[in-house]
Amino acid sequence: MIQCKTSKEIGGMGHSLKRKEDARFIQGKGHYVDDIKLDGMLYMDIVRSPYAYAKIKKINIEKALKVPGVAAVVTGRDLEKYKLHWMPTLMGDTQMVLPTDTVMYQSQEVAAVIATSRYAAADGVDAVEVEYEVMKPVTDPFKALEKDAPVLRTDKPGKKDNHIWHWEVGDKAKTDALFKKAEVVVKENIYLPRIHVASIETCGCVADYDKVNNHLTMYMTTQAPHAIRTVIALVAGHVGLTEEKIRVISPDIGGGFGGKVPVYPGYVIAIAVSFLVGKPVKWIEDRSENLQADSFARDYHITAELAGSKSGKIQGVRFKVVADHGYADSQAAPTKFPAGLFSIGTGSYDYDTAFMEADAVYTNKPPGGVAYRCSFRVTEAVHAIERITDKFAMEVKMDPAQLRMNNFIKKEQFPWKSPTGWTYDSGDYHAALKKAMDAVGYDALRKEQAEKRKKGELMGIGISSFTEIVGAGPSKDFDILGIKMFDSAEIRVHPTGKAIARFGTKSQGQGHETTYAQIIAEELGIPAENIAVEEGDTDTAPYGLGTYASRSTPTAGAAAAVAARKLRDKARKIAAYLLEVSEADLEWEPGKFFVKGAPQKSKTIQEIVFAAYTNHPQGMEAGFEATHYYDPPNLTFPFGSYICVVDIDKETYEIKVRRFVAIDDCGNIINPMIVQGQVHGGLTQGIAPAMYEEFIYDEDGNILNGTFMDYLVPTAVESPHWETGHTVTPSPHHPIGAKGVGESPTVGAPPAIANAIVDALTPLGITHLDIPITPYKIWKALKEKGVVKPVA
Amino acid sequence: MIPAPFDYSSPTSIQEALNLLKKHGDDAKILAGGHSLIPMMKLRLATPAHLIDINSIPGLSYIKEEGGFLKIGALTREAMLEESDIIRNKYPIFTDASKLIADPQVRNMGTVGGNIAHGDAANDHPAVMIALRAQVIITGLQGTRTVPIDEFFHGFYSTAVQAGEILTEIQVPTPPKGTGSAYHKLERKVGDYATAGVAIQITVDGSGKCTAAGIGLTNVNATPMRAKRSEDALIGKKLDDNAINQAAHFAALDCNPSKDLRGDEDFKRAMVQTLTKRMIQKAVSRAK
Amino acid sequence: MEKEITVTINGTAHTVKVEPRLLLVHLIRENLNMTGTHIGCDTSNCGACTVLMDGKAVKSCTILAVQANGKSITTVEGLATAEGLHPIQEGFKENHALHCGFCTPGMMLRAVELLKHNPNPTEEEIRWGISGNLCRCTGYNNIVKAIQYAGAKMRGDKLPSTEPQFV
Repeated sequence: MIQCKTSKEIGGMGHSLKRKEDARFIQGKGHYVDDIKLDGMLYMDIVRSPYAYAKIKKINIEKALKVPGVAAVVTGRDLEKYKLHWMPTLMGDTQMVLPTDTVMYQSQEVAAVIATSRYAAADGVDAVEVEYEVMKPVTDPFKALEKDAPVLRTDKPGKKDNHIWHWEVGDKAKTDALFKKAEVVVKENIYLPRIHVASIETCGCVADYDKVNNHLTMYMTTQAPHAIRTVIALVAGHVGLTEEKIRVISPDIGGGFGGKVPVYPGYVIAIAVSFLVGKPVKWIEDRSENLQADSFARDYHITAELAGSKSGKIQGVRFKVVADHGYADSQAAPTKFPAGLFSIGTGSYDYDTAFMEADAVYTNKPPGGVAYRCSFRVTEAVHAIERITDKFAMEVKMDPAQLRMNNFIKKEQFPWKSPTGWTYDSGDYHAALKKAMDAVGYDALRKEQAEKRKKGELMGIGISSFTEIVGAGPSKDFDILGIKMFDSAEIRVHPTGKAIARFGTKSQGQGHETTYAQIIAEELGIPAENIAVEEGDTDTAPYGLGTYASRSTPTAGAAAAVAARKLRDKARKIAAYLLEVSEADLEWEPGKFFVKGAPQKSKTIQEIVFAAYTNHPQGMEAGFEATHYYDPPNLTFPFGSYICVVDIDKETYEIKVRRFVAIDDCGNIINPMIVQGQVHGGLTQGIAPAMYEEFIYDEDGNILNGTFMDYLVPTAVESPHWETGHTVTPSPHHPIGAKGVGESPTVGAPPAIANAIVDALTPLGITHLDIPITPYKIWKALKEKGVVKPVA
Repeated sequence: MIPAPFDYSSPTSIQEALNLLKKHGDDAKILAGGHSLIPMMKLRLATPAHLIDINSIPGLSYIKEEGGFLKIGALTREAMLEESDIIRNKYPIFTDASKLIADPQVRNMGTVGGNIAHGDAANDHPAVMIALRAQVIITGLQGTRTVPIDEFFHGFYSTAVQAGEILTEIQVPTPPKGTGSAYHKLERKVGDYATAGVAIQITVDGSGKCTAAGIGLTNVNATPMRAKRSEDALIGKKLDDNAINQAAHFAALDCNPSKDLRGDEDFKRAMVQTLTKRMIQKAVSRAK
Repeated sequence: MEKEITVTINGTAHTVKVEPRLLLVHLIRENLNMTGTHIGCDTSNCGACTVLMDGKAVKSCTILAVQANGKSITTVEGLATAEGLHPIQEGFKENHALHCGFCTPGMMLRAVELLKHNPNPTEEEIRWGISGNLCRCTGYNNIVKAIQYAGAKMRGDKLPSTEPQFV
């Protein structure tokens, strides 16, 4: 049980408070971007390329302009006049807003139709005629790197290949030397396919430019409104839209998962059109546009190697990555981390040798590289280490749980310096795995498996003991476009003791309106229900970098605690004044200061706040407000151990996840109900890529599954009944000892599932399968091994 | 995703609907449940100039036993099959199938007639009707005609329903004593079209010998198909493992699946084999 | 070419002229300004647009407004009454069955229909019963709990615990 310091009425940390935001969502009063309707609003719809790589010979807009209700058709040539046809990406690359000459991927924006209704805009799109000269696309990143591959980014002067960047970390010489002499080396090629966050709300915006006041209000689906405001100013400052003239409002967001971090061309076109015509312009994506053109996640080709002893000691790893970024590097990652935090891939184990490198490549696919509910490239890293660790266990014939226990970094070794340069803040990996094994009944399951194997039945048990890295981040290392990755909180307590708090982050379902209030309640003793939380309006909230990569609690949550403590310091001064004692004579308990030894002499926080406005000490600033911009000293390193049990049909190879136990440690818990909810959701987004989701392109660059009919988002039937639990190892550097959690399960679940399936198939000679693992993929692998034969 | 403009009529009798069909010819499409047609119209893969909505025509939605047949009206919703006592007690194959068709909301709108009239080998009822040796009642201005299910499916989205005609009823012969039926499909996730599906109806006599067999296959041929050789392999035999395996093997050999995201030809044949075996066993276990 | 239709939504009859191609979801959201019903896909897979039409859960993005002529529609805005929240709304709130809230209206309306047919469904029946509604946030565990809670409340049974089993 979690011990709470505050009463239920105050509702500080550890209480499973019901969510404040739910009242509007369950009554249809959520306010999402497509719910916004402004006077005179126009609608935008987008013409998209049917080809992956083609020259645009001609765009004929005459017919479209004759469609009733169509007001305008915008092409790249129109934007070129304002130098708005290209835009910078978050990674310092460039990306087209609308093309003037060439389309680089299927479904790329080609022209925008503006009309008086959604229906007329769609009719206009249908009537735009585009002549293309189709070219042979490059869709395979390895072929793209070959010497004779056609150069795709001919817009870049002097660019002679499709290579974007090389990144490396660790000690190459030491690692190579280890691999030469190691007793055991295991190696696997692991591909994490292109997937898509597929939040149920697609992306969209209403750009509302007011010509009279030269002011833009941009309502949009963004996880990072402040950063977006700065980006808009950087892109459009030269036409007069400087940052003070821009207000970005991120209303309720129907799921983000990283997909609502980037700036998509549609947003920029809507702004440009609104700017030119002086009317609000709404653009809402269809699902197929969302899947086919918005930022993808993953697409990492990893060669993972592990060196160890015959006795099962892990001694080092060597990872090499080829990353397919599509036609532009528009991934969302901190500037100095082109491969994100992939270097967390040394995992939860105690060894001192590692080398990792990655090369990014242009291809004729959509640009991107967003998270899909994980910290930057952490899922990729964790999948590599947890798969290769299992393969090592298999090689040295040791139970994978035992091998992990033998290799874990021990509790007393924290803070632990990883061979790739991270300092893990805290952990107790043995406890988490032990708890998961006890919960699932590990030993009994292994016995059952042995019995079943004798009968030829396919049952598998898979483990993943992951270490996450979240909460970017210390400003010495982390920035986006030069802006340091701090985050902020501003608390205003009103004279009657009720408060409003504003943040630089933006919830997309994480429950910030409840959990931030709980943090402040914990620190000030003001009941959480009396604390309103607001995010997403750049005119009112303090600047922050937004919500993604599980950073809200580590950064803005910390800012809330620190700002509240500033207020508590002020409260102590006021209380001392009111009680006519010295500050040192006062003691705090949540909700009041009292005189040491005379607890009946006390002032409640509400009395103190009232005094701050009505009777404050001479010389003290009136009011009760505080702001804090929190720059974390380190990231936080949540962890966990997951165990998955699968049964596989030995004829159809249908996979049934029988049990899935997840033990998470995210340090001190703000709201157990919400943490558990985050874990449930992340687990389903873990089984999704493990067994169902991947984009498939043919060699002409056509996407073969760009709708929900074939891009297989799991339903309640595919999603198992998750069994969850936790351990608590507080973060030593975080003000409230908390770590991020929303993404741990997405990171930890896929290798547990893959390991379980491979374990089930081991008797048939399978040692690895790439995710998503489907019955068809299993059957094909068994056919290659001659285990199953085609019907003849 | 917005459909192109079209005109719309909502006739209240079959006669009126047939007149409208005649008037608009190829420009018109019948709207029943709409859950195949409207998505295609939203994607603008279908752009009919005129929609004839037959949902306001009374008397096309029923499940009844009459004159030696189970009669299902064309507008009978999938959900009605799930709720019908006749179906639950006597025709479990429909319960098997309807649970696997799309999802509950779609089944509230989708009709049995539409599922068949769409002429899509990926739909589930066609194989079921093949197994049950159903016949289809088609109504035109000249009157009604009865088409055996084996003559109904002509090709990709093409059926025996001709221009100016409407599918109005499906008739399933009441099975004799000793009959059992079953349907299953493999799907990538719930609600998906079949990777492969197999519908079976088997009749066994007192000695355990098979006296009749119907086997229909979903999505492993250009049209819904009957596994004729498999049926023949069962009829007159005692349904031991040999006979069942032989029938399953023939079904796998005789189907013509094509490669898609659900699997290649070999995989689908293998799945047809397994499903055929399992569904025969299940149908036999249900025979009463 | 426009057709005049009368559709009753949450008990109020609306007579409007519409293009035949107008989708029911757009009639509700755009013409009648009730934005609680959402759109999440183009292919009737996600269920975010689910409403009740004459008591049956349907996907309003795949139904023409003209098809709803003469019919009675219930949207999320029509669930609560003067007495308070509908049991399904209470169930979702008490059991943390929503995160971003986008799928929630459709999910709740389908659940209402499910409970009407099956007042005490098993977990398995609930999972199949909501298989036409995608949720990307919650992992479904708590949606199942919420529907069980609403079922108990509607049956007048003892309410199940809403404490998270997170030990």
